[in-house]
Amino acid sequence: MIWLVGSIIFWLGAWRLNLWLAGRAQSRFVTVAVPALFGVALLLLWEGVVRGFDINPVLLPAPSAIGARIAASMPILWTDFVQTFVKGALTGYVIGCGAAFLTAVAVDRSPFLQKGLLPVGNFVAALPIIGMAPILVMWFGFDWHSKAAVVVVMVFFPTLVNSVEGLRATDHMQRDLMRTYAAAYWQGLLKLRLPAAMPFIFNGLKISTTLALIGAIVAEFFGSPIRGMGFRISTEVGRLALDMVWAEIAVAALAGSAFYGGVAMIEKAVTFWHPSQRRG
Amino acid sequence: MSVFRQNVMPVLVVVLAILALWYAGAVGLNAHWAQDKAKRAGVELRFSELVADTWTQAKPRLPTPNQVAVEIWRTTGAMIARGKAFSKRSLILHGWTTLSATLLGFAFGALFGILLAVGIVHIRAIDLSVMPWVIASQTVPILAIAPMVVVVLATLNTPALVAKGVISMYLSFFPVVVGMVKGLRSPDRLALDQMATWHASRAQVIWKLRLPASAPYLFASLKVGVAASLIGAVVAELSLSQDGGLGARLLAGSYYGQTIQIWSALIAAATLAAGLVGIVGMAQGLTLRRMGMAR
Repeated sequence: MIWLVGSIIFWLGAWRLNLWLAGRAQSRFVTVAVPALFGVALLLLWEGVVRGFDINPVLLPAPSAIGARIAASMPILWTDFVQTFVKGALTGYVIGCGAAFLTAVAVDRSPFLQKGLLPVGNFVAALPIIGMAPILVMWFGFDWHSKAAVVVVMVFFPTLVNSVEGLRATDHMQRDLMRTYAAAYWQGLLKLRLPAAMPFIFNGLKISTTLALIGAIVAEFFGSPIRGMGFRISTEVGRLALDMVWAEIAVAALAGSAFYGGVAMIEKAVTFWHPSQRRG
Repeated sequence: MSVFRQNVMPVLVVVLAILALWYAGAVGLNAHWAQDKAKRAGVELRFSELVADTWTQAKPRLPTPNQVAVEIWRTTGAMIARGKAFSKRSLILHGWTTLSATLLGFAFGALFGILLAVGIVHIRAIDLSVMPWVIASQTVPILAIAPMVVVVLATLNTPALVAKGVISMYLSFFPVVVGMVKGLRSPDRLALDQMATWHASRAQVIWKLRLPASAPYLFASLKVGVAASLIGAVVAELSLSQDGGLGARLLAGSYYGQTIQIWSALIAAATLAAGLVGIVGMAQGLTLRRMGMAR
């Protein structure tokens, strides 16, 4: 009971503090402190509700239990992470995005193919491609190769569509200027159109980071060796060991955010000239 | 004619190329099994026989488009003709199971998304505390929680439809929030000042300025949301397959090596997705034209 009341009081207090902070001038401190405080209050409320109502850990384990589980099963989490993220998602991401980019550059020379591929690519990008997973698992076996294949298929179209669009982003004046310099095709591509396409390409790459992790995890639901985040989630759910499931989800969330953040940082370095990256 | 050559021809050529690749791939992937059979029977296959065999196997590694089309017809049109449109083997039943969960989840996801967006735009404390988490959650593979949510809700005796709907809701919620916040903030200073000079109340600003201005953003994010909803329902059915659905068909097909069944479920899911996105797109076109915002 004391947990329940205490956490609710803490939550209300944190909310009052946030209201007060939000009313003050916008500063770096406020924009970091407010969401952080909100997150901490939410976690505490969760802990309080679980302890206060004595909720069965089969339904909802407390954050402290999940934390203890993470600390206790570091080696398992690490092998799962390597299997799913490094081998499955990352390999597939590099191959898929690389192939899509090369296809986009190849297609870019023919306006006819561009016109044909863009609508088809846009259409395919909206489809539930994740359903390809059972087929690819059948083709490439249970190990990480099939997961990488699912990721390749999933990230290919979003990256392709964005890259093709990006390569068209220069306007006539700029291309004409390159012509007046007597620039060869490669020079025009490397010095003008590729740099101009980068914001679009990175948009595709950022969308693909999330898709890659989802693809690698869901593909493991269709069969995998006895390691991997998707495998662990589906089997531990079957055993009702929800603290382990939450631990895997925490790792997946962390990996996903770090992956996205990493790509966003590379974007910042590459497209420093773009208006969206300027400060102040 | 020129419109046809300008816009339809290229798409047609690409689609035909994909189909050609598909048939060629079927030959390549199924050839191994065809050769195996021929060796055991002690016959030498000519190329034409090899091709014919690879395109008609019962459990091919890659079925041809016409095999998939026949299977889809067998499980939809032919069943209607026999008056058994909702039999257990019918794709219509499974498609409907998935579609109902998708629509239920999408409706609630979109509604909550819009409400939270209105809250975020109006109350700065919500904006500051919730918005970073909403954005961060976009980078997290939230689909991974589907099996857990499904199982937990099943322990609480929730109907399967609701359990699947919750996943769909969760997936369509975030794109709608992000899009709507952008949309509700899209009116510029000038328009907001104009409302202020008219002494408009907050409710009036919402109804007469912010909501109409957000319509294009809303529809764009609804398209993303409805596609995500369908994916959520399909993945939820992997863990909750007892009353069918396209995801259950995928899983059953992968257990028993019924590739044709997997492909037909996949095509059905793709058709559903395309149809749903198309309907939202049509609603978008109609609404924006009526509002005079069509571009």
